[in-house]
Amino acid sequence: MSRFLRNQGWVAGLFALLIFLFVVTKLIQPGYGSGDFGSLARAVLPYAFAVAAQTVVVIAGGIDLSVAAMMALTSVTAASMMNGASEEYALFVVPFVLAMGLVLGALNGALIVVTRVPDIVVTLAMLFVLQGAALLVLGAPGGAAAEWLKASVIGTVPIPGLPDWADAWVPKALALLVVCLCIVWIPLRRSRLGLSIYAIGSNELAAFRSGVPVARTRIVAYALSGLFAAMGGLSLTISTGIGAPIPGPYLLASVAAVVLGGVALGGGKGGLLGPIIAVFVLRLVRTDLTLLAIDPNVTAIIEGAIMVAVVMFGAFITIRGRPLGATP
Amino acid sequence: MTTNPLLDATGVTKNYGAVAALRNASLSVLPGEVHALMGANGAGKSTLVKILTGAIKADAGRILIRGQQLDVRSPADARRAGMLPVYQEPALIPDLDVLSNLRLTGTPVEPFRAWVRELGIPDLDIRETARHIPLAILRVLDLARALAVEPDVLLLDEMTAALPANLAEKVLEVVRRQGDAGRSVIFISHRFVEISALCDRATVLRDGATVGVVDIEPGIEERIVEMMLGIRIEKTLVAARAANEVAVAGGGRPRLSVRNLQLGTKLNDVSFDLANGEVVGVFALEGQGQDELFAALAGSIRPTGGTIDVDGSPVKFSHPSDAIQAGIAYVPGDRAEALAMQRSVRENIALPFSAAPRKWGPIRMRREQVVVSGAIGRLQIDTRAQGEVQRLSGGNQQKVTIARWIAANARTILCFDPTRGIDVGTKQEIYKLLRELAGQGKSVLFYTSEMEEVQRVCDRVIVIFGGRIVDTFPVEEADEAALMRAAYGLPRGAKADVGILAEVKPGSSAEAAS
Repeated sequence: MSRFLRNQGWVAGLFALLIFLFVVTKLIQPGYGSGDFGSLARAVLPYAFAVAAQTVVVIAGGIDLSVAAMMALTSVTAASMMNGASEEYALFVVPFVLAMGLVLGALNGALIVVTRVPDIVVTLAMLFVLQGAALLVLGAPGGAAAEWLKASVIGTVPIPGLPDWADAWVPKALALLVVCLCIVWIPLRRSRLGLSIYAIGSNELAAFRSGVPVARTRIVAYALSGLFAAMGGLSLTISTGIGAPIPGPYLLASVAAVVLGGVALGGGKGGLLGPIIAVFVLRLVRTDLTLLAIDPNVTAIIEGAIMVAVVMFGAFITIRGRPLGATP
Repeated sequence: MTTNPLLDATGVTKNYGAVAALRNASLSVLPGEVHALMGANGAGKSTLVKILTGAIKADAGRILIRGQQLDVRSPADARRAGMLPVYQEPALIPDLDVLSNLRLTGTPVEPFRAWVRELGIPDLDIRETARHIPLAILRVLDLARALAVEPDVLLLDEMTAALPANLAEKVLEVVRRQGDAGRSVIFISHRFVEISALCDRATVLRDGATVGVVDIEPGIEERIVEMMLGIRIEKTLVAARAANEVAVAGGGRPRLSVRNLQLGTKLNDVSFDLANGEVVGVFALEGQGQDELFAALAGSIRPTGGTIDVDGSPVKFSHPSDAIQAGIAYVPGDRAEALAMQRSVRENIALPFSAAPRKWGPIRMRREQVVVSGAIGRLQIDTRAQGEVQRLSGGNQQKVTIARWIAANARTILCFDPTRGIDVGTKQEIYKLLRELAGQGKSVLFYTSEMEEVQRVCDRVIVIFGGRIVDTFPVEEADEAALMRAAYGLPRGAKADVGILAEVKPGSSAEAAS
């Protein structure tokens, strides 16, 4: 039990913070209900994928600055491909765009491994490249999305056996997010590949000496990041119905949520659940501050302050919680 | 010789730019043999091991395993070929638990558990994250992980260097049995005691080339040392020094006076004096509070009770700079803790006095130059690679850490295991240096994990057990048996045999070590 708390304490704490924020929201806005929760889930969707993309590479000891640009490119690609095309054509577009993200991500990783240029430089360069490419695909916001795709994030999931009021709290956007992340993450965590990703982030030399193919693992980590970014791009197109070539505020948001989610920026530590909850926390804080009619500029300041406070408090708890002189 | 070698490497060459790390190294290991690989620091032992285990690639040379030529390109290849290394630094991934680490390398769990128990750790929790496991235990786990896959050739690089005596004993026993079971072990160590107890033959490297292969037999040490150094050295005991050298210690008030020092549960009621011109040894098993004692004296952690007096006046250190101000310098065992690895020898030596916190402003380069080159000359630091300290050999790095405090003219030096993992020649130089410093009226507190160093260097030795000083010996009485008894917390004069006790108590000592 104590080990569970030590390993999952951060996530549990974040979850408690999220519940607390929901209570606060309900107090500020007594009318806050399942509909608002649904729109929160829809708003979180692209952020959550961006965070997932960032989390994978940060755990592997890297960083990916091209996340938002990758989302923009995949988003406009999907939107322009589906523009005027049949509903069935989207069945081809989705895997195509996901594969595109995977390949571009792998390219990021391969460049870092082969050229030995630091990750921060390679992905920054990639940010510019992808930004330009997105504008080439679509000069201005436009394109379209298939109707069935749009429907996949609107409304709630009818679960048989559950009363309607409970159903109302399971928005489709949330279900989609959980399914997409689990499909990739759970098999990964259980495989040697997943262990290898943690290993190269934790101590590259030790990983190499343990027989981990470090270069290949790093490329895979970036490829997975690209895949998640492509999911984020698709979710943008799906929820807005168009593609926008200018990247949204997803890069810094993803780094913020990774940090808040208990993933060490040095690599090797943390999981996916923490950062995802952190995204909800950050979005909900913003909603609350908006509901309180606080100046948007002040909102940004408060968000920053919360982040530092939470991370500091968390580190403090971690240090105090560790038994003096760990025993084998 | 009729048996075919299990591993046969010939003509192995490796260059780093213009520097030849290995010129013509060869190594031939027979089945069932424990083979020592020896050489002064920088002779190329580590490079050869890395090549054999696929961590780096040789420029030239031939490696045969069971008579078949093998191209070992990665640690995974070497693993498949049955060659497993245990490196000096722990190889477990710090953020994964032990079980995940086993899964990562595909190591079977049950044999691993069995080996861990065999090696004297009865109560390992394999769900524990590697980061929270003490260094000595980690090294044993590395060994157990290698043993669990039953390798044909096991390469042990300074395996016993960081181990407390009880664990080291177990390790040596297990290694010996590997040989008896028909597996081969390549054993790198600076400790002759271990080599003569354990090994069948030794290959000696010097300057990147194999200079000889000898059978281990009584009295072979002199020849090996001779081969390693290329010159005949006298086996001088610094301890055999003139009486007037020691006498400086008498009279006057002590330089450093520690009374009832308390630090949580780690240190309890520690009191001792360190006089000017005196070298006081500290001897203890792993984790008995010696780390905390040195950290407290160096100002890195604050004691929870007790007093420290310097030259008779009480001090309270809240930062290492306070200790440095008082002329107390700390030389850690781990060089990486002390040096700015990417910077030059000059900058590293000059750091403490040009970057003193209260001396901001331009550095007086000319004066610095004089002091630094004085220190370099005095310690005979090999400055061929002076641009970056990380390119120096371990022994030379350690000299740099000591040189900086000589340059800064520190009056008291706290040396924490300064000769860990460095070669015999450099060790001798460091012993000599410490005695010289004492001769000039400086005082040295010297923790060592090697008992013979006590007699070579110290005037007195204090023994710590469980956070308390259990005994103080003048050097003449500090023979190995007496030190060992005291280090295990036995009263002086008890007749119990240390070897047996070490076997009875591994569990309790392993806990103490954590």
